[in-house]
Amino acid sequence: MSGKVAYINARVVDPASGLDTPASESGGVLVDGTRIAAIGPGIFNGGQPADAVIADCDGAVLAPGLVDMRVDFCEPGSEHKEDIESGSRAAAAGGVTAVVTLPDTDPVIDDASVLEFVARRARDVKLVKVFAYGSVTRGAGSDEIVEMGLMKQAGAVAFTNGRNAVANAKTLSRALKYALAFDALVVQHAEEPALANGGVMQSGELATRLGLPGIPREAETIMLDRDIALARMTGGRYHAAHVSTAEGVDRIRAAKADGLRVTCDTAPPYFALNELAVGEYRTFAKLSPPLRSEEDRQAIVAGLADGTIDCIASDHFPQDQEAKRLPFELAEFGAAGLESLLALTLELVHNGHLELPAALAKVTVRPAELLDLPVGRLYAGAPADLVLFDPDRPTRIEPDRFTSKSKNSPFDGRLVQGQVIQTVVDGRTIYTADD
Amino acid sequence: MGIQDLSPDEITYLLDLSDKYAEHNRARGPKYDLMRDKILINLFFEESTRTRTSFELAGMRLGADVINISVANSSIKKGETIVDTAMTLNAMHADALVVRHSNAGAVALLSEKVNCAVINGGDGSHEHPTQALLDALTIRRRKGYLQGLLVALCGDVAHSRVARSNIYLLQTMGARVRVIAPPTLVPSSMERLGVEVFHDMRAGLEDCDIVMMLRLQRERMEGSFVPSVHEYFEFYGLDYNKLQHAKPDALIMHPGPMNRGVEIDSDVADDIDRSLIREQVEMGVAVRMACLDVLTRERFVTAK
Repeated sequence: MSGKVAYINARVVDPASGLDTPASESGGVLVDGTRIAAIGPGIFNGGQPADAVIADCDGAVLAPGLVDMRVDFCEPGSEHKEDIESGSRAAAAGGVTAVVTLPDTDPVIDDASVLEFVARRARDVKLVKVFAYGSVTRGAGSDEIVEMGLMKQAGAVAFTNGRNAVANAKTLSRALKYALAFDALVVQHAEEPALANGGVMQSGELATRLGLPGIPREAETIMLDRDIALARMTGGRYHAAHVSTAEGVDRIRAAKADGLRVTCDTAPPYFALNELAVGEYRTFAKLSPPLRSEEDRQAIVAGLADGTIDCIASDHFPQDQEAKRLPFELAEFGAAGLESLLALTLELVHNGHLELPAALAKVTVRPAELLDLPVGRLYAGAPADLVLFDPDRPTRIEPDRFTSKSKNSPFDGRLVQGQVIQTVVDGRTIYTADD
Repeated sequence: MGIQDLSPDEITYLLDLSDKYAEHNRARGPKYDLMRDKILINLFFEESTRTRTSFELAGMRLGADVINISVANSSIKKGETIVDTAMTLNAMHADALVVRHSNAGAVALLSEKVNCAVINGGDGSHEHPTQALLDALTIRRRKGYLQGLLVALCGDVAHSRVARSNIYLLQTMGARVRVIAPPTLVPSSMERLGVEVFHDMRAGLEDCDIVMMLRLQRERMEGSFVPSVHEYFEFYGLDYNKLQHAKPDALIMHPGPMNRGVEIDSDVADDIDRSLIREQVEMGVAVRMACLDVLTRERFVTAK
C-alpha cells in the first residue's frame, strides 16, 4: 500500500475541478500510498519519480472512482441475493469506489447499531467504501422519526425509507424540518403508495394488452407535488430518488427555479429503456418505479442534459432467480445495476447528450456533494479512489459474467461502449479487467 | 398462447374444423381415435368447472386419456410451483397440456419449461383464446359471417381475459367492437386497442348485432370499482329495456358463469330466440377438440 504509482498516458478527467487533460507521458496522476500526491499536466516534466511504479494507461480515461448513491447489498437479511462482500466486488468491477446502501434491510437501519454492523462488515471486506443511509422512520414504515442526530454521528449520510415512500405528509414535513438541525438530506421514493398499490408496470396500452395492473404516472407526480410543497413549507433539503416521468422532471425543474433545496437523481433504466422492455412478461424489466413511455425516457435524457437531474445512481437491487422466475405479477421488482452503470452513463456521451466530464460529474462529485462524502474528486491530498476505463471499447452487457450474486439485468445482451480497466481505492488496486 | 398470435387464415381454419366437430357431436357421432394413447392433462391453478369439463370432454371425444390436476389451493401459488410442476409434467410425458392460471403470462412461462403442446385455458386478465374461438364459432353459425358485425362487449372489461381475446379475434376477422362499461372497469388506453368505448349502455348498444355480456367478479364489486350490485344492474345490467336499443335481431352471449340479476336479467338470458348462451357451451367442446387435434397432430416442441 505504501509506495508511489505514477499513472501516465491517461486522459485525466476530474469533473469537480474541470480538469480534462489529454494523455501524455509528462502528465497524469501520482499516487503516494493511499492519497493523490500530484495531479495534472506537466507533473512529470522533470521525469517520473525514480521510486514510483509506472502505470502506463495507454490513452484510457483516469477519473475519480464512481460514487453510487443508491445500492442494495441485501445485508443484513437477504444475503442469498447479495451481501456486502459480493456487492463490493460488483461495485469494483463496475468502476465504483463508493456506494451508499439503502436502509430497508432486515433489520432496518434505523439505529446506530445496525449502521455499525454495516460499517464493520465493510471494514472487514475492505474493497469499496460503503456508506449507509439511515431510515427516516423506525422500521422504514412507521411514522416515528429515527434519532437523526445520533445516526448522523454514527455515520448515516442521509435519510430515506428506501423503496418505501414516506406516505404520511405530516411525518415527512416533520422529518424535513427536524433534519435541518443536522443539515441532513431526506431522500424520497416519490411514488404515492395508495395509487401505485397492486400495479406492476406503467399503466397504458401495453399493460392493458398484457392484462397487467398498471401504476399510473400520476403516482410520481402527485408525490412530487406534495413533497415539493412540504420542502417549500419547511425549507428542508429534499431529494427525489429515481425520477422516471417527464412531469416529474418538470416539477423538479420548477422547484429548483423557485430556489428550493430540491434535488433528484435517476437510474440508467429510465434514460436507456422504456416500457417496451417488458415485452412478453420479462420480469427482469419489472422495476420500481416502472419503466415509462418513450416520451418520458426522452424527458429524462433532457433533464440530465440541462442539469435538472443532478445524479445517476445504479439502483442496484439484486434478485435471485426464484424471485424473478415467476409470473410477472408475482415477481419481485428490481435490477442489478452496478456493473452496467458506467457503460450506460457513457451512452449519454456517445449519443451526444452530455460531454464526458458532465456525465461523470453525475456519478462522482454531484452525489458526493449532496451527501457530503469525502470522495469523488481528484486533487493533491485526496484519497486515491480512481477508475481507469476505455470509454470507447465496444462490449456487451452479459449478466452471466456479473460478479454480483444476482444476474437480473434488463440490459441483458445490450451492446454498449466503455469498459472498466482498473479500479483503485485508497491507492490499492481492487479490480483489474481480465484482458 | 393467445389470439393475438393468430392470423385470419388460422382462425378460419380452426373455426371450420370446429364446425365439423360440432356437427359430429350434435349427431352423437362416435368417439374419434385421433388422440388414442395420448395423454391430456388439465392443469388448473384456478378453479373452473366449466372450462375444465369442456376440455375434459373434448379430450375424451378425441380418444385421449385425460387427467385433471387442480392446484387451486388458493394460497399464494408460488411460481416455483409452476416451474417445478413443469418438471413433474415432463416426467409424465404428457402430449398436451391445458393450463389455467390466475396471473397473466403464467401459462407462457410454463410453456417454456415443458416439452409438449400447451393450450392457454385462461391466464389472469390476459387471454382466454378458446373462449374467443367458441364465441366466434357460435356467432358464425348463427349469422353466417363475422366480417362487418358490430359487437358490444359489456361489463368488467378491466379484469376480463375473455374481453381481450374477443377483441383481438373479432377485429382480426373484420368485425367492429364496442366496449360498454363504467369508467372504473375500462382499463387505461383501451381505445388504443381499436375499440369504441361507451359508458352509456343504451347509446353503446345502438345498432349492435351481438351483445356479449361479461361476468362481473363480485369479489371486486364493492367499494372501489362499482358502488353496489344494485346500481350496477340499474345502469349496466342487460334487460329488455336496454336491449331494445340494439338491432331487433341482436343476439345475446355470455361466457358464464352468469350472475343473474347482476349483469343480466334472467328473462333475457333464457330467451330462446335471442340468447346463444347454451350454444356457446356446446361449441366450447367442438372448439377445444379442434385445438387439441391441431396441436397434437405433430409433436410441436412449443405450442403457439
